[in-house]
Amino acid sequence: MALLDVQHLSVSFGRGAPAVDDVSLQVAAGETLGVVGESGSGKSVTAFSILRLLQPPGRVTGGAVRFEGRDLLTLSEAEMREVRGARISLIFQEPMTALNPVMRVGDQIAEALTVHGRSKAEANARAVELLDAVKIPDAARRARDYPHQLSGGMRQRAMIAIALACHPPLVIADEPTTALDVTIQAQVLDLLRELRARFNLALLLITHDFGVIAEMADRVVVMHRGRLVEEGPVRQILRAPAHPYTQSLLAAVPGMRPASDRTGR
Amino acid sequence: MGLLDVTGLTKQFVRKPGLFGRTSVVHAVQDVTFSIDEGEMFGLVGESGSGKSTTGRCILRLIEPTSGEVRFRGENVLAFSRERMRRARRDMQIVFQDPYSSLNPRMRVRDIVEEPLVIHRLGGRDERRARVAELFELVGLEPAHLERYPHEFSGGQRQRIGIARALALNPALVIADEAVSALDVSIQAQVVALLLDLQARLKLTYLFIAHDLRLVEHICSRVAVMYRGRIVEMGDTSAIFASPTHPYTRALLSAIPVLDPDAPRTRIELDPSSFDAAAPLREIGTGHLAAV
Repeated sequence: MALLDVQHLSVSFGRGAPAVDDVSLQVAAGETLGVVGESGSGKSVTAFSILRLLQPPGRVTGGAVRFEGRDLLTLSEAEMREVRGARISLIFQEPMTALNPVMRVGDQIAEALTVHGRSKAEANARAVELLDAVKIPDAARRARDYPHQLSGGMRQRAMIAIALACHPPLVIADEPTTALDVTIQAQVLDLLRELRARFNLALLLITHDFGVIAEMADRVVVMHRGRLVEEGPVRQILRAPAHPYTQSLLAAVPGMRPASDRTGR
Repeated sequence: MGLLDVTGLTKQFVRKPGLFGRTSVVHAVQDVTFSIDEGEMFGLVGESGSGKSTTGRCILRLIEPTSGEVRFRGENVLAFSRERMRRARRDMQIVFQDPYSSLNPRMRVRDIVEEPLVIHRLGGRDERRARVAELFELVGLEPAHLERYPHEFSGGQRQRIGIARALALNPALVIADEAVSALDVSIQAQVVALLLDLQARLKLTYLFIAHDLRLVEHICSRVAVMYRGRIVEMGDTSAIFASPTHPYTRALLSAIPVLDPDAPRTRIELDPSSFDAAAPLREIGTGHLAAV
């Protein structure tokens, strides 16, 4: 049985076409599902709906989000708080906006643990361990830094440490490397791959970058205008896309065309 | 002599933290030398903070360089008077990354595209209007939408408006500073196709500043790689991608995600102690230079 089973999810922002239209997807334990699409395709809205973080006027108009035997859409807000962070956590694109600028990095990681019932001393020790696990050098000293004292890559590592603090079985990563330079992106992807194996994490990886998909995903769903247009194993999607939209998306990626096709030489 | 010859371009930013802090000098661009031939698409790549955008802005004197030489059609741009520089900017235009912040939200797009013609007092009102309509068509926008405001357009359309505005004065050189980086991949492909089409039709020369190496490999004939303010490698795109020589170029190229899940991944980590950061560029192959 899938760890996460989204069934016929629909989300609307008032009038107009639904932002998410009858989307079903599954993520097995330890699996990485890539969700690809362009801006406005509904991929981030899907992720936010799973965690019930949609801001009004956005609202779920139908469907179910089954996770560990319960429908998240029917939980109370208090029950939902127990799920967020502890069972499903979220990594955002922009670490600078997702981190609290006036709180030390170590304290932010510890907070993720104390809100889920750990003691302060235990949480502080664990925060340093986590910074070490995400390969931040000199973790004990860095734990006392504020976010602005860290580089972009280190901030993203700190956010990954927060996401992993409670050992959640599922992490939703929304464009986790989009704001990073390519060499830093490579390091963060390597780190995610290593942590995924070490903690048997399932990843719902939202991205517009087929390069990231090729590096990380086991299976892929392609979204377009709120709908799921194609789903399959990563090799099939990249090598033999069936849907015209997937085909056009892949054709637009520089470097996907044969070398003889290149212009400007 | 190229259309644009940049020699020893240097930009230092002097920082004085607080009243009693010691001043520190940041070398944003250091001793940068390159030439772009007429009609060429020249790529300038690097990561954030590498100095690639500062280089572009120094060429147009949007930022005054500290030293060095910028020659456009053989004339020393840095020696130009304000008035002469103003005229020179007709020939050298820039397209910025963010189509949301680079267009005035309170102006109709007709006026945005027309503004350069007004500033440079070119043509009468009717001529200018005709030129704006022509530019709109040139970049693939509906002339019927001329009376609209920027917010009524998508990101890709806005970038086309930015390009139309840059082309209004018939420039010879266009500096595209991450001009397609913020766009979705399918829109990016359309705007890149437009840039290439305009290059062929109008004999445009581009300085294409970008961090997306896959894109640069795809469209640029030559490329320079910047690292911490310096060009560390430069040459024909095919040569650089086939045999990167500088340790930074190697690390950078090895970090590009491969689009094949089964391709072997060999990341090369950069060890800054493995090379001399002050080494000058030297020729290591035909038209291929590296600072090794």
